Amino acid sequence: MSGNSIRDTFFEECEELLEALVEGLSQMEEAPEDMEVVNAVFRAVHSIKGGAGAFALDRLVAFAHSFETVMDMVRDRTLTVDEKLMALFHRAGDQLSDLVTSARDETELAPGAEACLIKELESYLGESDREEDFSFDALTLDFDGPTIDIAVEADAIPSTRLFTIRFKPGRALYENGHEPLLIFDALAELGDLKVEADLSAIPDFDSFDPSDSVLSWSLRLHTTESETTLHEVFEFVEGLCELEVSVSAAPSPADIAPPIAESAPALAPDPTPPPGPDSEATDVKPAAQGATAAPAASAREARGPKPTLRVDLDRVDRLINTVGELIINQAMISQRIEELDLPTVAHLTNELEAYKLLARDIQEGVMAIRAQPVKPLFQRMSRIVREASDATGKKAKLVTVGDSTEVDKTVIERLADPLTHMIRNAVDHGLERPEAREAAGKDVVGTIRLSAAHRSGSVFIEISDDGAGLNRERILAKAIEKNLVAPEAELSDPEIDNLLFLPGFSTAGQVSNLSGRGVGMDVVKNAVQALGGRVSINSTPGKGTTFSIILPLTLAVMDGFVISVAKETMVIPIASILETIRPNPRDIHIVGTDSEVVSVRGSYVPIVDVADSLGLERTDRKGTGILLLVSTEIQGLTALRVTAIHDQRQVVIKSLESNYAAIPGVSAATILGDGKIALILDPEEIIKLGHNAAPDLFAQHTRMELRHA
Amino acid sequence: MPETAEVRADSQFEFITFSAGGQNFCLEITQIREIRRWTPVTALPHTPRDVLGVMNLRGAVIPIFDLAARFGLGATPANERNVVIVAAVGGTTIGLLVESVSEILSVEKAAIQETPDIKSESTRHSILGMISVDETMVRVVNLDSVLEAGKGVAP
Repeated sequence: MSGNSIRDTFFEECEELLEALVEGLSQMEEAPEDMEVVNAVFRAVHSIKGGAGAFALDRLVAFAHSFETVMDMVRDRTLTVDEKLMALFHRAGDQLSDLVTSARDETELAPGAEACLIKELESYLGESDREEDFSFDALTLDFDGPTIDIAVEADAIPSTRLFTIRFKPGRALYENGHEPLLIFDALAELGDLKVEADLSAIPDFDSFDPSDSVLSWSLRLHTTESETTLHEVFEFVEGLCELEVSVSAAPSPADIAPPIAESAPALAPDPTPPPGPDSEATDVKPAAQGATAAPAASAREARGPKPTLRVDLDRVDRLINTVGELIINQAMISQRIEELDLPTVAHLTNELEAYKLLARDIQEGVMAIRAQPVKPLFQRMSRIVREASDATGKKAKLVTVGDSTEVDKTVIERLADPLTHMIRNAVDHGLERPEAREAAGKDVVGTIRLSAAHRSGSVFIEISDDGAGLNRERILAKAIEKNLVAPEAELSDPEIDNLLFLPGFSTAGQVSNLSGRGVGMDVVKNAVQALGGRVSINSTPGKGTTFSIILPLTLAVMDGFVISVAKETMVIPIASILETIRPNPRDIHIVGTDSEVVSVRGSYVPIVDVADSLGLERTDRKGTGILLLVSTEIQGLTALRVTAIHDQRQVVIKSLESNYAAIPGVSAATILGDGKIALILDPEEIIKLGHNAAPDLFAQHTRMELRHA
Repeated sequence: MPETAEVRADSQFEFITFSAGGQNFCLEITQIREIRRWTPVTALPHTPRDVLGVMNLRGAVIPIFDLAARFGLGATPANERNVVIVAAVGGTTIGLLVESVSEILSVEKAAIQETPDIKSESTRHSILGMISVDETMVRVVNLDSVLEAGKGVAP
């Protein structure tokens, strides 16, 4: 392994640790008494510090150390968590995350960015220093050894103690690349060490398995260091070995002499000895740095080893592509065999069917590899809420629902920016100022709700606030002022709301230093559409605003109808279709010169001919064909006319843009069973194209579209 | 396809020559991935006339351009013998419909002449240079310009 990849692994771990940290902090807010949670937070900070130390990331280590020290006091119950401290922890968590990011990207954070926080953290340390009776809680260790109360030891003058350690590495210890010798070296630095190997478990030569672990060691260590320090040596092999430590405070005089001589000078120049006898100086520092043995052990019990595997996303992508080819290939073989029209092919058909099912299973399995819970993404948003409420002086909290909903990793990554933007907007523009909330009889603290759920093959993500709702008058006035809408235009409420998504629309008149709602919402919309999704707004005055994002589960496969348009075979996403209608010619009416509407259960729905929209030669006369009812943002219900529907199937999505360019009305392509390419239609775009072709009926919308074409 | 047995020196370039719209063209051999028989393609809406459509190349969707139409020499008439040259430029793979592929040409760099100052700006842009072979002239196609112009989607 190269140095670089070890470093990469560290930063990957940091990501997980930071997630655990954020999660822990939000749990702490709800249950500050839960020591499990406090321990989890402490562990996360401590592990980051440990790793950062190995890579000499000094700033990170220094900051994590301050953070950890205060956290440790919470753990020791010498410090009670209140709202102010909680806020400080949150900010410290954010800062830690920044420091990790800058260390990873090797960019330099503004010098001293963390200084202010360190000072605040250290102000808590001061309080504890004043305590007269400094003592430690008992450490519970996860083995059958005795429980040691270090406080008792504090009475013994700069004493050495004799630790008897039994150390039996497990197989995993070697597999993870640890080396007992290095551990012994580290122990030897603590004091006088005697090592004795236990060879009793070595099997006969015949049954010897070189990859197994058979050696164990008995170690006797005379040291002035605390047991915590000793455990720190074993920190990285915890769980990978059997470890028993016992301590006796009455070492033989012969053994004491050399360690004292060695360690005494080391203790003397300790720059910040807290007031009190020397013995405390010996013990305070290691304890403050963190006794990891006990919490780490309890965590292991709670979670067990995490059965996960880190895989490079590229490899998964390759696998997904290949499986996609396999599916297409399977369809092609099926079709070829059908064409052969063999007389007795029953067994062949059966086996082909089995092949089909297996291919589908593999595909689903591979897709599942990419699926990840949205939790980390949602957690990141709590920081955005904090920052946004700090910047605007509003009070806001984030409530998340459905964190465990799994979505394709690529989708999650590409959602981060739009979500950030929308969350900021929700705080900045959605929520009222605290005074206004109070006056309106609402909770002073605004709630931003972020939810995710699976619904019929799609992922629904909602961002809602309980603020004042959209100010439609102002939006409309702004749109008219910006010449986006004709002054005489009469728009419905949803139409006004949707103006926010128009490029160039901006309520810049009242934006603060955060992006305003409306500013860049077109960017949000584009980002969501690029993922094959849709975004819509729903706002109730006085009650708040909800943005709903509907996304496909994966970017690689889609359920579609195979349809004919003129003479071409195409695919339309099933998710966008509400209903299919074989219209009765009586229900179709002409409006104006060329525009048609169909009456569906009493209401008139405009018809858009897909062949017209795509500029294809129409083979079907008016009044024939199949209508696909779709719901769109701006237009509402629209019926798309196609020639026929053939089949419903899962198709593998192939990009047109990778080798060519985006084509209006077409979102991608797929390969059908006969190896031919079929275009995948984008209903929304088809309707837009259709409107441009029939300006008289939809003049208003067309005006809007044309101005942004 | 006839093969030249010459040993390629460092200063030498190999080209594959072909004809499109009755004129001789060539592409450097390193840009060519494969040569395929013509198969029907899937048409793309809202595209210029010289974009014939897209073809399935082992799972990748690649656009097929009519090279003669691209150079303003009229559409290539449908013919069983037409071939598609699959070429790669940058990270993009495209197919060029041509009438026929003739031979591999090995020439010294010095033998490639600059395009003279001809009238048509677009022609000059789409030709990198010219090579004279046995009293005929072979035009070196500028693949970048073919691709760039191809991305123009008709309004």
